[in-house]
Amino acid sequence: MSTMDASPETNTGFKRVRITDHIGRMVRRQPLGTGGAIVIILMVFMAVFAEFIAPYDPEANSFEHMLVAPSMEFLLGTDQFGRDLFSRIVYGARTALFVGFACALVGAFGGLILGVASAYFGGWFDLIMQRIIDVFMAFPLIIMALAIVSIFGTGTDKVIIAITIPFVPRCARVVRSSALAIREMPYVDAARSIGYGHMRIIMKHIAPNVLAPFLIMLTAFLGEAILLEASLSYLGMGVQEPTPAWGLMLQGGAEEYAESAPWVPIWPGLAITIAVFGFNLFGDAVRDILDPKLRTRG
Amino acid sequence: MYGYIVKRLLMLLPTLIGAAILVFLLLRLVPGDICLIKFGGEGAYADPEQIKQCQINLGLENPIYVQFWDYMKGFFVLDLGTSMWTGKDVTYEIGVRFELSLQVAIMATLTSIVIAIPLGVISAAKQNTMVDYVVRGFSIAGIAMPSFWLGILMILGLLIGTQEFMGRPWMPPISFKSIFDDPAHNISQLIWPALATGYRYSAVATRMTRSAMLEVLGEDYVRTARAKGLIEKVIVNKHALKNAMLPVVTIIGIEFAFLMGGLVVTEQVFNLNGLGKLFVESVTQSDYTLTQALVMLVVTIFVFMNFVVDVLYAWLDPRIRYS
Repeated sequence: MSTMDASPETNTGFKRVRITDHIGRMVRRQPLGTGGAIVIILMVFMAVFAEFIAPYDPEANSFEHMLVAPSMEFLLGTDQFGRDLFSRIVYGARTALFVGFACALVGAFGGLILGVASAYFGGWFDLIMQRIIDVFMAFPLIIMALAIVSIFGTGTDKVIIAITIPFVPRCARVVRSSALAIREMPYVDAARSIGYGHMRIIMKHIAPNVLAPFLIMLTAFLGEAILLEASLSYLGMGVQEPTPAWGLMLQGGAEEYAESAPWVPIWPGLAITIAVFGFNLFGDAVRDILDPKLRTRG
Repeated sequence: MYGYIVKRLLMLLPTLIGAAILVFLLLRLVPGDICLIKFGGEGAYADPEQIKQCQINLGLENPIYVQFWDYMKGFFVLDLGTSMWTGKDVTYEIGVRFELSLQVAIMATLTSIVIAIPLGVISAAKQNTMVDYVVRGFSIAGIAMPSFWLGILMILGLLIGTQEFMGRPWMPPISFKSIFDDPAHNISQLIWPALATGYRYSAVATRMTRSAMLEVLGEDYVRTARAKGLIEKVIVNKHALKNAMLPVVTIIGIEFAFLMGGLVVTEQVFNLNGLGKLFVESVTQSDYTLTQALVMLVVTIFVFMNFVVDVLYAWLDPRIRYS
């Protein structure tokens, strides 16, 4: 798809496909996915330019301005420490995106490697790997993540570990089932008969052909990781104060002040919902495009 | 069939034993020591003698393999030990809270079925129309919305709503009473967490219903039904729905198992004294015996639900080979 617009008009008679045409087609065929992509782009924009967008320091307490209602001065109001909610939400996008992308990328890559290796080598290795994956899959995500946080402690980096570990076996299982079919392909036999090494066959011949399930898992993980991080932070076992994180903003004060200052719990929750909504819509569109069997369904 | 059931049952064992080993290893890596937290917490002076005695009492001084042996033996003789924090039996601590969590899980599952099946069917029958987009948006929003936030909004809505219409704010009761003793009290407390989690879990079931319906609606016999002039309503409700239910039943069964563990966050918001809250407490207090028992309980429920769903599936659909 993307290589087409890079190549100039070499063959006459073919209309050059522009990137705008692709976008136009995407908007028509995947209206929900396009909506998701817009949310993601806005969020990335917010995270990258947080310094310029946020009017106040997200960590600065200001006791003259505690629990101020939304106004022109404080767009979304302030929390119980007088911190500007709008600034904290803008900076929170940075935390959410960082955790989301780190967990999804590492988790999906780990799963890709384990899944392909498990399918390629087969035999005892595959059997043992599958039993280990069974064990990991028997834990609900949040229970596993909480148990891991209790070992490594809290904080942004620890949360990433806690969320990534349960992702790996989930991706490995899906990738393995695709890789099993690829392993039987004649070109893999051919590669083996020429005497290519395991590494080369795995990296050059099998891995590129399981990219579809890999990308589907990767995009699905993005939203899931953001939501898990918010849940852990809400339980007080995730990102710690004073780092601005949406889940953390719902912890502590949010429930206490729910009635007198409803803006404190409303905005961060809305931010989480919109972000995860966007990533899920986008992930669905990616799945529709990459998985021909599901194309008409979804 | 019986051979298949026995084989599937035997396959559960390695998973459960593996999970038990994993839990043990995970918890023994935890840096916190319950005796230090218990006696030395919040800056209080901790007597080294007292801590030593506490560690001996709890068996933390034993070599790791002895601890492991005691732990594994516990599962087979069904003696889960005593909570390292409260000193009461683990089975007692879990038993007190089990009813609440089970009831919320059942109510949430019912909520999700009531939401998911009609919406999924409508969405499939009106594929790629505005109705379809709205239903899909609604269900994706359900996955996107954190259930704790939905919980906070519900409490907020209740407070403001009752203030408006009844003149004074009303909150769901805090203390738990069994549904058999005081049904009104019980329901008015647990309906809210059940709705919040049920909506969230309905999302996956809605999508499953939709895609299963779409598949069935594309079958030849549905075309035959259309060709002989049956009204669409009859085709959808009588011919397609029944055949599309199989994967939906599966997903609901598996979700129910996850609910038992997934209540962790919801119980926190609604301040329910259930298994989820107990789990968070036991993790923060490094209460090994309680944490490992709770995790194993959730894992066992999950693994068994999977087994039941698999067997049901094979029983309902004879095309599935027992391999």
